[in-house]
Amino acid sequence: MSKKILSENFDNPDAYKLAVYEKLGGYRSLEKLFKTDPASVIEDVKNSGLRGRGGAGFSAGMKWGFVPKDTDKPKYLCVNADEGEPGTFKDRKIMVQDPHKLIEGIIICSYAVGIGTAYIYVRGEYVTPINRLQGAIDEAYASGYLGKNIRGSGFDLDVFIHRGAGAYICGEETGLIESIEGKKGQPRPKPPFPAVIGLFNCPTVVNNVETLSNLPFIINEGWEAYASLGTEKSKGTMLFSISGMVERPGVYEQEFGVNLWEFIENATGGVKGGRKLKGVVPGGSSSPILTAEEARNTILDYESIAAAGSMLGSGAIMVFSEDNCIVKALQVISRFYAHESCGQCPPCREGTYWIARVAERMEEGEGNPGDPDLILDVCPHLMGMTVCVLADALAMPAKSYVEKFRDEFDQHIKEKRCPYASSAASSVMG
Amino acid sequence: MKDETQKQTQKNFAFNDENEKKFRETLNMYPTNMAALLPTLWLAMDQNGYLTDEILEYVAGRLELSPVHVYAVAEFYTMFLRNPPGRYHLQLCRNLSCTLCGSEEILAHLADRFDILPGETTEDGIFSLELVECLGSCGTAPVMRVNDRYCENLTLAKVDKIIEGC
Ligand SMILES: Cc1cc2nc3c(=O)[nH]c(=O)nc-3n(C[C@H](O)[C@H](O)[C@H](O)COP(=O)(O)O)c2cc1C
Ligand code: FES
Repeated sequence: MSKKILSENFDNPDAYKLAVYEKLGGYRSLEKLFKTDPASVIEDVKNSGLRGRGGAGFSAGMKWGFVPKDTDKPKYLCVNADEGEPGTFKDRKIMVQDPHKLIEGIIICSYAVGIGTAYIYVRGEYVTPINRLQGAIDEAYASGYLGKNIRGSGFDLDVFIHRGAGAYICGEETGLIESIEGKKGQPRPKPPFPAVIGLFNCPTVVNNVETLSNLPFIINEGWEAYASLGTEKSKGTMLFSISGMVERPGVYEQEFGVNLWEFIENATGGVKGGRKLKGVVPGGSSSPILTAEEARNTILDYESIAAAGSMLGSGAIMVFSEDNCIVKALQVISRFYAHESCGQCPPCREGTYWIARVAERMEEGEGNPGDPDLILDVCPHLMGMTVCVLADALAMPAKSYVEKFRDEFDQHIKEKRCPYASSAASSVMG
Repeated sequence: MKDETQKQTQKNFAFNDENEKKFRETLNMYPTNMAALLPTLWLAMDQNGYLTDEILEYVAGRLELSPVHVYAVAEFYTMFLRNPPGRYHLQLCRNLSCTLCGSEEILAHLADRFDILPGETTEDGIFSLELVECLGSCGTAPVMRVNDRYCENLTLAKVDKIIEGC
């Protein structure tokens, strides 16, 4: 059993209520927090080794340290609850089951950085999480955890929910900022980074829901306690959204450092119906696929997964069985990135569309013998050429699908059909 | 005649009392009017179900923004509907986990049952079908939203039951 920091209250159906959360020890970090100098809080979070859980895995404390101290501009926190990376569903779990933990984390971050206003950007489809969260925010205001002079500390903080409206690109931090400002969610060139020029041209921290939800533990137990968990460079625990062909999909918290496949197998009961494992996508649809063998031989932490040629991303693990078709998977994700490209950079707009077209014709049995190589040729033109990394987020997995499962692509082309057509779907027929 | 009256009512679109109150609260959440655009479009969606040109002009007027900007934003976000959806708007996920778990069979079943394609509405205006990207509910795939409600772990039988319950 892994240490539970983020999911400790997931089994308590009433933990979303303030009174229950307080009984479980909620908001007790604030007393200690307000007695600590904000600069030391930033140091503590740096020392804890906490890294961003939205996808990039950047040190949270370091990011906060980039925000200028001597500015007379207001500072903002944007909480990234857009949760658009396909395969990811853990932030929703936090917002529904334990919303006060997120609010407590927001207070800690805002106090440390000197932020007076936080916007929680929640994807538009998440109506239930939004209602839960709004209820929790209202309770927190009523009990003096938010608003003016929080718990007599002299610290003021307002928290608002900003509802998205269906655009994956608004999960990218500068697309998100544009979207809060009331514009199309088209990412901005960096630098300048949001820490210096962000929301309303003011210094801004953008952090993921899960990242912030770790903060109460770090304040309560001390950064050493957090840093003692995990591996040398991957500290603590992470929430993994496990989906696809497993017996018991769901959100599972795990301390870094265990074997990837053993973790998946123990948590979920392994591949559905005892079928053979084909591959594992370890970090959302943007991450390269690992073959069954790679998944069995990889340690679950940022460095090991990177060494295996993939990335931990948002911790969205998708499991493929022998019944699943890789060409179909490429068709699905390439269509997604083409659909979600914001259109401002030609290599992304054109490149994602091209890959989607070629993948579709291969899956439909109309592929040409040169098509797999065509994909491999196009991929480099999508990488590192654009304002944000949406195009890279297709190029990386596309390349891995073709390179690691070349036979399947060639088979589609040779047989002029998908050899897997609907073999995985028997489970919905009942 | 009918078209005329419909146009009339839309030209006269204005927030009802409840939404007017919410609109004013929204303005206080942000330092600029423009930042209130998404929440204001959501209020209009809640009130009317979709966004007509007239509504976009109304929103532009209320926020003192150029109508061109408001149009561009409304068109950028897929959840801002520019055409009337069916009374039950079925939004089926077509992304990876749902596909692995059989969403294409669910789609074939829905299209067959209603005799419509994705993007279309049944003739009686009751059901509309849309394919959407990952809904953040992949652990209970396949998934579709019926209006704002998530329907998870879909099977063909479950889909039939949901539809019959509409
Ligand atoms: C195309 C794209 C989509 C993204 N979507 C999300 C998202 O839905 N949620 C999220 O937290 N981060 C997302 N990110 C990462 C953010 O840009 C950013 O790194 C993150 O919010 C920072 O928070 P963290 O440091 O706490 O992870 C996305 C990035 C890209 C390039
Ligand atoms: S893939 Fe369908 S909900 Fe995520």
